[in-house]
Amino acid sequence: MATASLPAHQQDHASSTNYLNCSRGFLSWACTLDHKRIGVMYLIGTMTAMFAGGALALILRAEHLTPQATLPGITHDLYNQLFTLHGAIMVFLFIIPSIPGALGNFILPIMLGAKDVAFPRMNLCSFYLWVGGLIFFLTALLTTGLDTGWTFYTPYSTNTSSTSVVTATLGAFILGFSSIFTGLNFIVTVHTMRPPGMTWFRMPLFLWALYSTAIIQVLATPVLGITLLLLAVERSFGLGIFDPKLGGDPVLYQHFFWFYSHPAVYIMILPAMGIISELISTFSRKPIFGYRFIAFSSMAIALLGFLVWGHHMFTSGQSEMVTVVFSVLTFSVSIPSAIKVFNWVATMYKGSILLATPMCYALSFIFLFTIGGLTGLFLGALATDIHLHDTYFVVAHFHYVMMGGTLVAFIGGVFYWWPKITGRMYNEFWGQVSSLIVFLSFNLTFFPQFILGSRGMPRRYFNYVPEYQTLHILSTIGSFLLGFGLALAAGVLIASLFSGRRAPANPWGSATLEWQCSSPPPLSNFEHTPSVGDPYDMNSVVWDAETESYVKQQSSGGHSHVASAH
Amino acid sequence: MEKTLFFPEQVSTFAGTVDSLYYFIFWLSTFFFVLVVGLMAYFVMKYRRVEGQTPSASPSHNTPLEVFWSVIPGFLVLIIFGWGFAGYMDMRSPPAETYEINVTASMWNWNFKYPTGAVDNQLHIPVNTPVKLVMRSQDVIHSLYVPAFRIKQDVVPGRYAGMWFQATQTGDYDLFCAEYCGQKHSDMITKVVVHEVDASALTEPGQQTFDQWMEIASDPLQGGKIPLAQAGEKVVNMFGCLQCHSVDGSQKVGPSFKGFYGKDVAIKDVGNVKMDEQYIRESILEPNAKIRLGFEPKMPSFKGSMKDEWIDAVIAYMKSIQ
Repeated sequence: MATASLPAHQQDHASSTNYLNCSRGFLSWACTLDHKRIGVMYLIGTMTAMFAGGALALILRAEHLTPQATLPGITHDLYNQLFTLHGAIMVFLFIIPSIPGALGNFILPIMLGAKDVAFPRMNLCSFYLWVGGLIFFLTALLTTGLDTGWTFYTPYSTNTSSTSVVTATLGAFILGFSSIFTGLNFIVTVHTMRPPGMTWFRMPLFLWALYSTAIIQVLATPVLGITLLLLAVERSFGLGIFDPKLGGDPVLYQHFFWFYSHPAVYIMILPAMGIISELISTFSRKPIFGYRFIAFSSMAIALLGFLVWGHHMFTSGQSEMVTVVFSVLTFSVSIPSAIKVFNWVATMYKGSILLATPMCYALSFIFLFTIGGLTGLFLGALATDIHLHDTYFVVAHFHYVMMGGTLVAFIGGVFYWWPKITGRMYNEFWGQVSSLIVFLSFNLTFFPQFILGSRGMPRRYFNYVPEYQTLHILSTIGSFLLGFGLALAAGVLIASLFSGRRAPANPWGSATLEWQCSSPPPLSNFEHTPSVGDPYDMNSVVWDAETESYVKQQSSGGHSHVASAH
Repeated sequence: MEKTLFFPEQVSTFAGTVDSLYYFIFWLSTFFFVLVVGLMAYFVMKYRRVEGQTPSASPSHNTPLEVFWSVIPGFLVLIIFGWGFAGYMDMRSPPAETYEINVTASMWNWNFKYPTGAVDNQLHIPVNTPVKLVMRSQDVIHSLYVPAFRIKQDVVPGRYAGMWFQATQTGDYDLFCAEYCGQKHSDMITKVVVHEVDASALTEPGQQTFDQWMEIASDPLQGGKIPLAQAGEKVVNMFGCLQCHSVDGSQKVGPSFKGFYGKDVAIKDVGNVKMDEQYIRESILEPNAKIRLGFEPKMPSFKGSMKDEWIDAVIAYMKSIQ
């Protein structure tokens, strides 16, 4: 047996003091400055938001079983409010905060080899901003019965109720500030708290992804604040900015909105890509292929993502010149994503592939995200976008990216780090079954929507033309199976808390630092400053049957690909 | 062209271009998808973990290969861009001679005004003729979308929006509002009716050429040859009044036409007002002057588009259904 230099497999020791049981009581959680507890609170919060948003989605899908009103009580008005709530909850309360807030908070400092994030109080504040934003935002949406869709386009949003768009944007902005605080923390942490030996190019790719995301969070979110200010000025002083009745321009609102919300799309997908890089490498027991290309493509996406917002507005009547420029720029951002996909597949070449639950989700991600990415080409090309814009094709496209991409990666990541977070192993078989159900039913739900869209079915329609019914029925059946698959995944995880066996320090054989500390980690993460090596040198950890864990070899025998890359 | 799995019929000169670009991207995407997923599946099967067996070494990067798969997709997307750009410029460049129709979008109704003064809430156009729409909105953003023509244009309040197309075959096709515009967005659906130009080409009885249709549409009263109430019903249909008003007493977005004529109705901030000819006329021309209690001021004005004698006909129609 290789001698472990770290308290990796001392289960008795781990269960006696760790971040979960080192202090007790409500206040020890509510006032905690520990990034791990904050991460866990984010995890519970965002998962709850996801299931709430998902339940709304199922009502919407059930409504589409027939071309007219289907469910008793779901009127035209209520339907419009429900899809607004569904979109707003999923975007602002789940997808944006989920990976950075929950997994990022928990994993980033440990993966980096640090004790905590740079500003722990600010980190706790970001969680409370999220909670406060949640209460304010939902109250604003529910009391005004906002039915504008999550995009709040003027002048409809300003006509229906004089204040709802201001309060809704304010809610989004409070949530945005939570996102800024997380981003700022991550940037400073990565810059200043790397231990000796953790050079930029020894950072795991999940950290590169979170770092790129943080840059977008910090730079894009303030634009929401400007939009809010302009809306408030228009309301209070009658200055015509967005409202055509006062001489304003509603399309200007769309520019402002998408200047934030398009980069926000990359806030949603970049961390997911980071997770996939970790999962593919670990479960192939191979160094990630083309580390630098993946790292730099994250940065490229973060920067190019700021230049393409106008592609949401090809039919809005903006000038031809602007439209054409945005179309070119949009294609440029497709290249870095393609590079990542090729690199992930190449990583698996000559690997030693284990189809554990996280890997099943990672493979689903590659399948679904590739479809999501490629269908973006139809929407970036001008002639086809004119036909497809605002149809179900767009709905299917962004669900393949946001749900097939981000959500599936998030669940894969939760399964992957679950033993670390909770100290428990989940049931592998049922985890795999959940991934299969999610994968199949996802395609049944959203693939028919591409066809609906290219046949001309507009989005946000309560009633529709009967010829679209068959495809809608398929999609609805898929959505209920999908809901079941996700509930099963949640059930597998929750069951493990009660009956799962204790998790070893490193069940998967990953070489990144968070697997060097015990599961769950002690309060201060590491009892000794960890020794930083190549994060993808899989030969540096070997299976130890006695502890049922991978342990670090005293002298790393494997060659370091990073070293050889220099 | 008939319907396919992905598309409705091709009924405009743009449809061919859009569909061929779509299929080009589709097959290109299929190629890359099969490549990626095929390799992935192959690797999963071929390199499944076998306990106790360490994988053989393989390179962790290969710069020429990575540059290759970065540059090649770059060229391919440029082709897609160029193709899309060319198709788009055609859509934005109407020929010099077009048949112009004015379009007014309002919640949740389309109104089409023809050069002859005819008004209708369906879009009637001649086949094989370039048609240009000059569009404006009275309230919020709408978007005119005809899937069979593969065209779409947002109609933003406060400015004119233009679009053009040329239909290639006769028939009725769906026309949707594609930009979410509130409560009854999904009922803002009407038809494009493409008419034959040449009377000798008509095949079925009941079909009209564009000119024949125009003759009747320009004069719903048909020179007084039909009863006034019947003409009024035509006017009500032309203007899409029934999107918001019912004729059976049930309450929609606006009050019903049935059951109130000659009675006192409660008006916001005013009190009771008798619903008579004067009241109806005012409600059509100045809809926000007197708002019925329990309703929102949502109706657009029809001043300038509904002629006086047409209003007479509408009043006659309303009296007839009480």
